[in-house]
Amino acid sequence: METLINNLIASGLFGAKPSFDVVAAIVEFVAGAVVFLVVAMPFAGVVTWLERRVWARIQSRVGPNRVGPQGFLQWLADGLKNICKEDLIPAEADAPLFKLAPYLVMLAFILPWSVMPFSSSLILADLNVGVLFFTSVTALTVVGVLMAGWASNDKWSLIGGIRSAAQIVSYEIPAGLSIFPVVLMTGTLSMQGIIQAQGWAPQHWFVFANPFTFIAANVLFVSALAEGNRTPFDLPEAESELVAGFATEYSGMRYTFFFMAEWGNLFLIGALMTTLFLGGWRFPHVSDNVVVMNILELITFNVKVLAVVFVSMWIRGTLPRVRIDQLMTLCWKYLVPISFADMIGTAVWVAIWPDGNAFMGYLMFAGGLAVLAVFVRRVVYYVRRSRMELYFRPGI
Amino acid sequence: MSTLRTEEMTLNMGPQHPSTHGVLRFVIRADGEVMREAVPDVGYLHRSIEKIAEKVGYHGFMPYTDRVDYVCAMFTNQGWAMASERLAGIEVPRRGEYCRVIAAELNRIASHLISVGTMGMDIGAMTPFTHALREREMINDLIEELCGARLTFNYMRIGGVAWDLPPGWREKALAYLDHFDPILDEYNSLISYNKIYVERLANVGVITPEEAISYNLVGPNLRACGIKWDLRKDIPYSVYPDFEFDVPVGEGRWGTLGDSMDRYMVRIMEMKESSRILRQALQNLPSGPVLAKVPRNFKPPKGECQVRIESARGDMGWYVVSDGTGYPWRVHVRTGSFAAMGIVQKLSRGLMIADLVTLIASLDVIAPEIDR
Amino acid sequence: MEPLAIYQRLKERFGDRVLEISDSKLDPFCVVDPAAIVEVATALRDDPETAMDCLSNQSGVDYKDRIEVVYHFFSYRLRHGAVLKVKLPRDNPSVHTLEHVWKSANWMEREIFDLLGVTFEGHSDLRRILMPEDWPGYPLRKDFVEPLEYHGISTVRESPIIRLDTRKK
Repeated sequence: METLINNLIASGLFGAKPSFDVVAAIVEFVAGAVVFLVVAMPFAGVVTWLERRVWARIQSRVGPNRVGPQGFLQWLADGLKNICKEDLIPAEADAPLFKLAPYLVMLAFILPWSVMPFSSSLILADLNVGVLFFTSVTALTVVGVLMAGWASNDKWSLIGGIRSAAQIVSYEIPAGLSIFPVVLMTGTLSMQGIIQAQGWAPQHWFVFANPFTFIAANVLFVSALAEGNRTPFDLPEAESELVAGFATEYSGMRYTFFFMAEWGNLFLIGALMTTLFLGGWRFPHVSDNVVVMNILELITFNVKVLAVVFVSMWIRGTLPRVRIDQLMTLCWKYLVPISFADMIGTAVWVAIWPDGNAFMGYLMFAGGLAVLAVFVRRVVYYVRRSRMELYFRPGI
Repeated sequence: MSTLRTEEMTLNMGPQHPSTHGVLRFVIRADGEVMREAVPDVGYLHRSIEKIAEKVGYHGFMPYTDRVDYVCAMFTNQGWAMASERLAGIEVPRRGEYCRVIAAELNRIASHLISVGTMGMDIGAMTPFTHALREREMINDLIEELCGARLTFNYMRIGGVAWDLPPGWREKALAYLDHFDPILDEYNSLISYNKIYVERLANVGVITPEEAISYNLVGPNLRACGIKWDLRKDIPYSVYPDFEFDVPVGEGRWGTLGDSMDRYMVRIMEMKESSRILRQALQNLPSGPVLAKVPRNFKPPKGECQVRIESARGDMGWYVVSDGTGYPWRVHVRTGSFAAMGIVQKLSRGLMIADLVTLIASLDVIAPEIDR
Repeated sequence: MEPLAIYQRLKERFGDRVLEISDSKLDPFCVVDPAAIVEVATALRDDPETAMDCLSNQSGVDYKDRIEVVYHFFSYRLRHGAVLKVKLPRDNPSVHTLEHVWKSANWMEREIFDLLGVTFEGHSDLRRILMPEDWPGYPLRKDFVEPLEYHGISTVRESPIIRLDTRKK
């Protein structure tokens, strides 16, 4: 990407006569935009479908299962329906801002895809500030949401927008701070660089590298949920309090944009977690064929991302919503100090073992397995105690 | 340091709002997220049921009573039937009373399930709501078999109930209770002891016992303040003296006595007690007729009376004045939700907007019951 | 205490301001002078023998020649109740509020004001509660005639059966 921009400037983009390079660059831009849309939208759509199915199962419902196999194309039908709907703009609303807001939110959702490391070769731009770029463009959401809240000229929307601004700005801090341990250990901000510093095996993932990174991973996950307006931090669109929060006055495609961005953000949360802590696309070297390897890596990456997405859906299906003061308390009194301490702890750790501590990796991985075992035992206990008839019919 | 100058904002919550449980309206004066006051504005569901009673006669009014409180219509049925019976001095056959109690207690569980389910939904947890409604659907199926309706039952008649239990219904109901009791534990472990849930409800909307009596709160709202008062136990009616059950009261285990969490927990515990009553009633069902002989042209003698029954939303008072004709001269229903709404304005001061939602949900207010 | 004993006690204390004691089989009641309702009610609440801590129900009845406001008191402590009535003239009925004695009176009095047109003196917030602010008349009065329309909205509905008949012709 940077070479491209250098080329552009060198070839006289701002000069009098557009050269062949400029035309090529414009074509490349347009193609990139199309690829973005073609790639990013289905991911958001699939996440929508997955969320509705998973959520339905948690709630002992069936969920969408009519459009396409297992309702897989439901998101497409919904999108089409929403495009056909009337785009209402309230008479009292600030029309230009009102129209602009969904695009900003959408922009904040689309841009991070340019640094998304799907596999060792499938990355649009491996920026040397990749992680920084990722977190900073996702924070653009707050502008769009606040704009939507203000321009709707509706008090419920305004409260939603302001809640969102307060929430995203606050949670940026722990989120940013908990990225630092990884950066300290790898010495790079590039997405690919961070992934390459990890191994394919779980004990080589950064989440198990040392106790501090483990905490950082959890803090980052919580903060990312809050930034993505997910339950239990979905205050900006708390449907039982604020009707639909900042999106109250929106309809049709603009409304869809907000929600596509929200569900897309879910994928982004998963991607960030996977890249930083869960080993990214790393897969054991089984073939010398680059194409085969890339496909395997792509699958690995997506499976990991969807696993994280599943956890956040699970949380949404389980937890109630916190109140705004509890939200702020959690951020400023707990997460911020924890992530600061965490950063210092990692710095000390790196100073003592600059190349990491392999024993710690194995130990923490074993600890993780033990926690998982306890959890499974507990689930089995509860299922037995409540004497529920269990159905395992994924294909209803 | 000079204090930050803030401006009060007037918010209109309702009549169309997802968490007002029907058509309620609040005019909120708020400073940011903190409310100065929320003034309830009721009446959007006023259907002049009391006036209708004066026009349709005693038997004819029975279907209308369903609409007073459609979430627990059995109790409004029972209240009207008992008031008419008391005016005319009619004795209900024993089996009829048992049928009434069975139907009413099933309905109480259904109503409390709605209450605790929507409580979770108002706090943002959707799953408990669907789980609660799943159980309620089964009760609805049972009641549908009993009287053909799922919401507005019109099951009871002056002098008894319309139909006896269908064959095989008793076993089905007992099987349902066996299924329901562990579900309640599952529900508790799903949401009731959730940290976020308790934090949201504890110490919110605290009502002292004195206030509760002065504002005439009834039912679970009153018991949550620590007052052990249940009409089924203290002024027994129907066949309730036959059954053994406890009256759960609020203990303030999670916060202050009389907060939203207490009101919620009292409802959860009441479902258990209802299930106990149901078991006893179904097992000791006497035989005999279910409907006393009541003239079609029902004309109670001149007089007036008040009947109080323990509905799912508490003490429901039916005040009926008869002038000796086939039409009641005046009917007045004193309902639990009406009293509970009266205290909202006082409790709302200083709460956050998100807490108003949980407060209304914890008071278990049903809009048609306020407006009638 | 039995209701009749309570009324006797009131009679002893307030003399001829307690106008009438009915010993009806169902719910015996006692009629008091409207001017004395606050005193009687406060006495009922504060007397340790009666201790009526709750105003359980308050309603109004239109008897064509008079309007009665009915109070159902209840004592949670002693578990007994009493029924008090005041008789008011039909034009400009007015009685003093009990809002400062029991808080629950606030809304119930608003409802009686709304539906029967009884004015409660000293009430802090006497507005219509169920009907719209600009509704004409008091619906629970026996001579109330429903207006045919309200702000251009018709209050009567065509019978669907009649409409079918006209369509056939």
